[in-house]
Amino acid sequence: MSLDIREIEYIASLSKFVLNDEEKRVFVSQLGEVLLYIEKLNQLDTENVVPLVHPLNMVNVFREDEQKESICREKVQSIAPSTMGAFFKVPKVLE
Amino acid sequence: MDYEVVIGLETHAELSTESKLFCGCSTKFGAEPNTQVCPVCLGMPGVLPVVNKKAFEYALKAALALNCTINQHTNFDRKSYYYPDLPKNYQISQNYYNLGVDGYMNIEVNDVMKKIRIHNVHLEEEAGKLIHPDEAGADYSLVDFNRAGVPLLEIVSYPDMRNAAEVENYMYTLRKILLYTDISDCKMQEGSLRFEASISLRKDGEQKLGNRVEMKNLNSMKSVLKAIEYETSRQSELLDRGEKIERETRLWDEIREKSVRMRSKEEAQDYRYFPEPDLLPFVIDEKWVCSIKETLPELPLEKKQRFVESFQLSDYDAGLLIEDKILADFFEECVKEVNFPKVFCNWIINDLLREVKEKKLDIALLKIKPAQLAALVVMINKGIISNTIAKDVFSEMINTGKEPKTIVEEKKLVQISDEGLIDEILDKVIASNPNAIEDYKKGKKNALAFLMGQVMKETKGKANPKLVNELLKNKLDS
Amino acid sequence: MKLLSFTALQIKRKILSREVLTADLIKNLFERIYKVDPVIQSFLTLNEDDAINKAEEIDKKIANNENVGLLAGIPIAIKDNICTKDLTTTCASKILRSFTPPYNAFVIKRLLEEDSIIIGKTNLDEFAMGSSTENSSYKITRNPYNLNCVPGGSSGGSTAAVSADLAFMALGSETGGSIRQPAALCGVVGLKPTYGRVSRYGLVAFGSSLDQIGPVTKDVSDAALLLRVIAGRDKRDSTCADIAVPDYLKDIDDGVKDIKIGIPAEYFGEGLEDDVRAAVDNSLKIYEKLGAKIVDVSLPHTEYAVAVYYIVANAEASSNLSRFDGVRYGFRANDIKGIDEMYCRSRSEGFGKEVKRRIMLGNYALSSGYYDAYYLKASKVRNLIKKDFDAVFEKVDCIVCPTSPVPAFKIGDRFEKPLEMYLSDIYTIPANLSGIPGISIPCGFSKEGLPIGLQILTNRFEEAKMLQIAYAFERETDFHMKKPKL
Ligand SMILES: [Zn+2]
Repeated sequence: MSLDIREIEYIASLSKFVLNDEEKRVFVSQLGEVLLYIEKLNQLDTENVVPLVHPLNMVNVFREDEQKESICREKVQSIAPSTMGAFFKVPKVLE
Repeated sequence: MDYEVVIGLETHAELSTESKLFCGCSTKFGAEPNTQVCPVCLGMPGVLPVVNKKAFEYALKAALALNCTINQHTNFDRKSYYYPDLPKNYQISQNYYNLGVDGYMNIEVNDVMKKIRIHNVHLEEEAGKLIHPDEAGADYSLVDFNRAGVPLLEIVSYPDMRNAAEVENYMYTLRKILLYTDISDCKMQEGSLRFEASISLRKDGEQKLGNRVEMKNLNSMKSVLKAIEYETSRQSELLDRGEKIERETRLWDEIREKSVRMRSKEEAQDYRYFPEPDLLPFVIDEKWVCSIKETLPELPLEKKQRFVESFQLSDYDAGLLIEDKILADFFEECVKEVNFPKVFCNWIINDLLREVKEKKLDIALLKIKPAQLAALVVMINKGIISNTIAKDVFSEMINTGKEPKTIVEEKKLVQISDEGLIDEILDKVIASNPNAIEDYKKGKKNALAFLMGQVMKETKGKANPKLVNELLKNKLDS
Repeated sequence: MKLLSFTALQIKRKILSREVLTADLIKNLFERIYKVDPVIQSFLTLNEDDAINKAEEIDKKIANNENVGLLAGIPIAIKDNICTKDLTTTCASKILRSFTPPYNAFVIKRLLEEDSIIIGKTNLDEFAMGSSTENSSYKITRNPYNLNCVPGGSSGGSTAAVSADLAFMALGSETGGSIRQPAALCGVVGLKPTYGRVSRYGLVAFGSSLDQIGPVTKDVSDAALLLRVIAGRDKRDSTCADIAVPDYLKDIDDGVKDIKIGIPAEYFGEGLEDDVRAAVDNSLKIYEKLGAKIVDVSLPHTEYAVAVYYIVANAEASSNLSRFDGVRYGFRANDIKGIDEMYCRSRSEGFGKEVKRRIMLGNYALSSGYYDAYYLKASKVRNLIKKDFDAVFEKVDCIVCPTSPVPAFKIGDRFEKPLEMYLSDIYTIPANLSGIPGISIPCGFSKEGLPIGLQILTNRFEEAKMLQIAYAFERETDFHMKKPKL
């Protein structure tokens, strides 16, 4: 399995990265190498194997529906890159 | 050419829990921006979600009310896309093992019952709110995260609807079910109930479904119906011209009443769903399902059926009563007091609803209680007050919540059934209306009504009409 | 400076007996940090003022005979991907350059409740992605035993600090060996608890189904002490088990008589350096001498672990790191037009190369059309790897093997060679995939004088047994007493 520039560009767009041509070229070779290594998994027949998502055997963990104190707005806004009044400010979002 | 319209709906309903789905922040609507937030719902680094049990059980309840099969093993998945109102840039939702699958809901259009299949019911988190300032040339948007993380139920139907009437009924019926099960306040104006439609056309008689267009930004039930109408004609015009319908997502423009392209299938988002590793899976056993089933109320259509059968109400009347569960409960409480179902039904759907509409009342906060309406009806039945008087008393009950007896006593509204007293008044009326007496003797029927009215005027409506009628006739005919 | 070379338990005794004033200890320690850390480069942020205040408070408490916590007066360093309230937490990334969390991680809350003193935040590979601490956006940490070598990673700042006596203990974090591998390379003890033993709340997530916080200490007893403090149920982490935490020190000296030690052939194959093999072989002889039984076992799917890990960990990472978008906190690029440019430029300028590489790989493995072939396939093989361990632990009490196939390597040697770097975690990754605990303890030195680590793995939630087995070895040897010459 190898990747081409077009695929690298697509993955970069999913990842929200802008890459220059040099970076794209490096990623093509580095990720290609890793993917080639990963191919070894295909040696195994996993037809009847259940996927393991959690290493723990626990299930049904809940909290009760209890309202807790929220954090003070000034505190969260103080670490934000940009705010306006009571809001977080971002560049215009077109619908 | 004639086409068949094929419509499916996706419904989002915010669940009415105290706290958010994964953190303890309040879900109350209308708070100051960004005051109901915490590190968890702001998606700060290192924080973790913990599932609100009530939200989970509400979703189960909805799935059961919609006749779904409950997946014994279910879990949350992450759905990835970037948007500034989505704090983690992934939404914790369900994709691979939805909580409820393969359900249905019955709708009734023109007295015909139709089964609309439900593809799945699942639980996810709400996004925040983006505000686009009106000021000209503003190059920014603002974000409020108060809604971010509120529990959201998604109900996905199969494309089983064929016209706007069915869609309208589906929306109302579903809304009723959510209100009956008490899991959402379904306030469309606050965004706690929202619909998205997918619409496709196919030639009459054809089996294969056409390419579907997904319609977003439908802010009211009215816009859903308008969008369907618009989209139907847009698509059929295209097809008539021999053009193909593209699979795409379109936005409904409420003001211009038309739909505009948002993205095509090629640009479709790649959501990269995978199981949420921060939350463990859920195993829902039979016992749990049963205990939730026990909390399910009688659902609207069942209730309607029962009202028709046990109380001999018309289909139409029963339909009006079950429109709102509070109304239906009010009715049943009344009937429990005295068994006059038809009488109570009339009081509720005529007088009560009129008062509610005129005075813009909230049905949930009515001052009048069922036992009081029952007492009023008993007073009429015993001849203590007349029907006419009763209407005024009822209005007063709505305003004050006072007992009918108290109102009648305070305003001295007890019916006059004293024959001697009525006799005196009759004499007076006869004496002062000789023309009417002439008319009566000539056989003019409305003269009697006129004289009756005069008596009522004289007694401020308190005279027992039956008695007056009887005595008056006796007097005139003798 | 003799004082600073004591273990945490030793110094705690001196503090409690008022032989040592905590405030003096802290002053001494910072003097050493100022002298030595410009060379080692293990700290990103120092917490001196706060540490001195806290030390004085503790001295006062002790003087007044008040109750003090289990870690009274013990100076501790924290890996900089663990959130500390009002103390910068950068993950060694530009994207969090000046991020000060408004909350403490669960483990930090516990440390403070038990009266330990947080002296600073330590360096790491950016977002814990790496095995050498070279991927930090701020500095390259040096191995105290050889300044031209890496300390290992990603918790290289924590292990170097403890190794160089710049901290009495430290917290590290693991996703694929990031505590055990640098502990081995720096000659200290590193413990990765069972997945679910320690709350992850406040640990900046890398691979959520693999991440665990764990102790980095000078000896096994200190690891037992620190684990007891940080372990246990936290209702803010759904994946944190509700299982009672024992006093790990209580039976630590029970020995290894009749303990069955499994030796997996797969951990002694190609790529294992001779010096490491010799040190581990020697360790097994010591165990035999102590009465343990050596049993050959097999973990047949070991060779697939790295491949599985790089899909699962990076898939989770690609999603976990999507929250760094410049909206609510962290770095936002300048002069941006439009929302997408804000995302793309902030993330491209804020993340380093390795982080980008892993996010790209993860997104690829999850993207439309590839999910089944990569993520799902890897999750299935992950189950096979777990089943390997389940079967082995039916037969033996623990597995003993090397922590890393090689001792510390030269700075720059493996940098920018992702696959080679990934393969240095080959012996540690399987424990993260299957959720079992593991510990690395010093067991010898290479010809070049670089430390070698011995790894002990047990079944889930058997940390007490694991510590017991580690302690038996440590008591018999003096590798852990060696200090780097600085
Ligand atoms: Zn919150």
